[in-house]
Amino acid sequence: MKDLLRFTTAGSVDDGKSTLIGRLLHDTRGVYEDQLESVRKASRDSNAQGFDLALITDGLRAEREQAITIDVAYRYFQTPRRKFIIADTPGHEQYTRNMATGASTASLAVILLDARHGVLEQSRRHAYIAALLGIRKLAVAVNKMDLVDFRQDVFERIRDEFGAVAAKLEVEAPFFVPVSARDGDNVARRGARTPWYEGPSLLEYLETVEVETAGSAGPLRFPVQLAIRPHLDFRGYAGQVVSGRLHVGDGVLALPSGLETRVAALEGLEVCPTVSLADQIDISRGDMLVDPAAPPSVGREFAATLIWMAAEPLRAESAYLLKHTTRQVCADVRSVRRVMDMRTLDFGPAAELKLNDIAEVEIETHHPIFFDPYKENRATGSFILIDMISNRTVAAGMILGPDTREGPDTRVPRRAFCAARTLVSVPEFSPESLPAPHRGLTVWFTGLSASGKTTLCRAVHERLAARGCRLELLDGDTVRKHLSKGLGFSREDRDENIRRIGFVAGLLTRNGVIALAAAISPYRAVRDEVRASIGDFVEVYVNAPLEVCESRDPKGLYRKARAGQLPAFTGIDDPYEPPLHPEVECRTDRETLEECIAKVLAAINRALER
Amino acid sequence: MSSDNSHLRTLEAESIYILREVAAEFARPALLYSIGKDSSVLLRLAQKAFHPARPPFPLLHVDTTFKFREMIEFRDRTAREAGLELIVHTHSAAAEGANPFKLGTQKCCQLLKTGALLEAIARYGIDAAIGGARREEEKSRAKERVYSFRDAYGQWDPKDQRPELWNLYNGRIDKGESIRAFPLSNWTELDVWEYIAQEQIPVVPLYFAKPRRMLLRGELLIPLDYDVPPAPGDRIETVLCRMRSLGCTYCTGAIRSDADTLPKIIEELRGFRRSERENRVIDHDQEGSMELKKREGYF
Repeated sequence: MKDLLRFTTAGSVDDGKSTLIGRLLHDTRGVYEDQLESVRKASRDSNAQGFDLALITDGLRAEREQAITIDVAYRYFQTPRRKFIIADTPGHEQYTRNMATGASTASLAVILLDARHGVLEQSRRHAYIAALLGIRKLAVAVNKMDLVDFRQDVFERIRDEFGAVAAKLEVEAPFFVPVSARDGDNVARRGARTPWYEGPSLLEYLETVEVETAGSAGPLRFPVQLAIRPHLDFRGYAGQVVSGRLHVGDGVLALPSGLETRVAALEGLEVCPTVSLADQIDISRGDMLVDPAAPPSVGREFAATLIWMAAEPLRAESAYLLKHTTRQVCADVRSVRRVMDMRTLDFGPAAELKLNDIAEVEIETHHPIFFDPYKENRATGSFILIDMISNRTVAAGMILGPDTREGPDTRVPRRAFCAARTLVSVPEFSPESLPAPHRGLTVWFTGLSASGKTTLCRAVHERLAARGCRLELLDGDTVRKHLSKGLGFSREDRDENIRRIGFVAGLLTRNGVIALAAAISPYRAVRDEVRASIGDFVEVYVNAPLEVCESRDPKGLYRKARAGQLPAFTGIDDPYEPPLHPEVECRTDRETLEECIAKVLAAINRALER
Repeated sequence: MSSDNSHLRTLEAESIYILREVAAEFARPALLYSIGKDSSVLLRLAQKAFHPARPPFPLLHVDTTFKFREMIEFRDRTAREAGLELIVHTHSAAAEGANPFKLGTQKCCQLLKTGALLEAIARYGIDAAIGGARREEEKSRAKERVYSFRDAYGQWDPKDQRPELWNLYNGRIDKGESIRAFPLSNWTELDVWEYIAQEQIPVVPLYFAKPRRMLLRGELLIPLDYDVPPAPGDRIETVLCRMRSLGCTYCTGAIRSDADTLPKIIEELRGFRRSERENRVIDHDQEGSMELKKREGYF
């Protein structure tokens, strides 16, 4: 059984990292003769002395001219036991970004130390970054032993010193090996010049070290990549099982809808199947199927460790695109709590965030994401930030958790965090729970202009349509172009408009249709009149403060009203009378669209079961 | 032998994930189908990724008109059997008689491959071109991203690539720009053949050894499919040989081999000391020549 080990390498400039990799590739025949010939040719052209193993790994012209590795390069070799992927990252000053990149996919890090110099500041940073990216296994190669006469005491002093550094990090006890990458001692084979060393060679260690198989540990997380619909009789969701397992018959919780269903069928590979569900629920890219007994956090606010990777510093005032699993949302970095001082490896106060800085930040997304702490789950705990103008990847993030109360936090307390459990407690709304044919109902959305009535109403319409409900949508703006054409905005005309919408909604309700009406409907009296005449009536108060609505102003109506061009505008110079006992109140300035939808659907469900 | 190779399952799952990401994130992706072994593996992975649906993108073949006749037959049959749209694009210069003998291999490749690919990307509005290139193939490819950003001129800037962490690929582009996506990034030549054997994937018969009439020029074995201008010392002989990689006939030398089955090819590879692109004349035009080609927009 041959498996796969991905590891990354780190070392300071001149520690001989490229030479070590060249040696590994050379001794495992991972480099071909014609490629070696090309290296020999290039060795003669450059300043290097004789045959330079490092040239096997330093690929690009630019870096060969400068004799440094400028970016992450991937190398491959195999032995009968294992296939290896090396993420080779440079050791010079820009190392943070590159090493983080290499470490992000690795399960082990090989750290190089120069026997003559021992543990340097940079070595400690390398260990820190590896641990930060979730690597638990370190292999420390003490290189250039030939230059210290293979002295045991030199090796042991360095081993003890680095061991003390590692003990402070969340890593296992490291593996130490004395090597000479140039000559090959203890790299692929044990060398005769270190008789006092009884451990395995570096390669023997890499071949036999136990690595956790990705995907199996932890509760189920299945981010959906896309829906697969070859024909009307098949609807499946393709994605990757990033943790846990999926079996036919398993109960799963779909996020963000909060609906529970069962796995009806699985197609394809175990780790990246196409899943068919027992119930027809609406799922699309970016949604996630999870273990109902152990759901992730669901929310828009979390704390994270951020590695800044762009030349331009963080701009506090602008939103970034945040890519997390298969979900992409807008996000603000709300505050930078503290920044790591890379010389002392201590956190200090933050002024700004620049290239290669590592910081603890608070992030707020515009839509909820479903996450676990990075320590528990690399796939659901990691994200990148993308600049919306340049399209560049500017940062990589590791989620610490939803608890934003640690550390010196002086900001105004915000809305409490919304955990998945609260979503689960929303009454289920599945096709079986709908009487078929269902009864009629009027759902009336009232609120200020730009409070979000139409958006919410359409979203609820979409969800109900996906469940096969009989529906009609009566939007205030549309109705005024037809049914209520000619009516103005006096109190009388407004009441007449509402009565007409109410009349049509009543007819529909009587005939088993769910009528969704969205209109400002500012006056309480006529709303109550309509409610009384229909009976089966759910009132949804779409509530956002006037200043919020005015700042949204998608149609520029508030601006015109303030300029005196729209007399008797609700909220400005005409009153809005909020409902006293609405079935549902949605605070669209504080709740997400998904949260609002869930509340409205729950109320509709209750009304239909009455 | 192959069924217990867990490293192949890991690679397979990674590639399927990438193919689905491309299909979900781009408006008009296309699979660059070059008829070789890597393209055959890529197509099989695409079929698995979207099963029971068909892959939601067409196959695009950049035909230099200097391909082996067996390759063209294989291409047409494969596309037909997969039920996929096949776009074949040839650079207008090919009709005007551009060829490697007249232009030299470097200019020929620039025009008929790189130029034609960029033409096709523009003509069909392709925003993501999925290719079968592997990082192991050549040293400049070792630094290639899974999602490789190309500017409006199709150019690659190796010194200014987007950082790529975990499997969170950044596919954001502006109009005219494109992404080259490489689902086989982490596969080696040996992985490809082991997978072909495990999955019983059909490949062009040129990969299997048999006695073939070849032009011998120094160490090179050049196929006789198109008229090659003679050089002093050329000989024509029947040689037991096979193709290790498939490009244009002139630029793809054969290797002496008796590997006429998949197990023999795998066994041969395990003992190999020379890289598969060694017989590609184009890679050796000058030091770092693959990198130069890639900067201009080559795969």
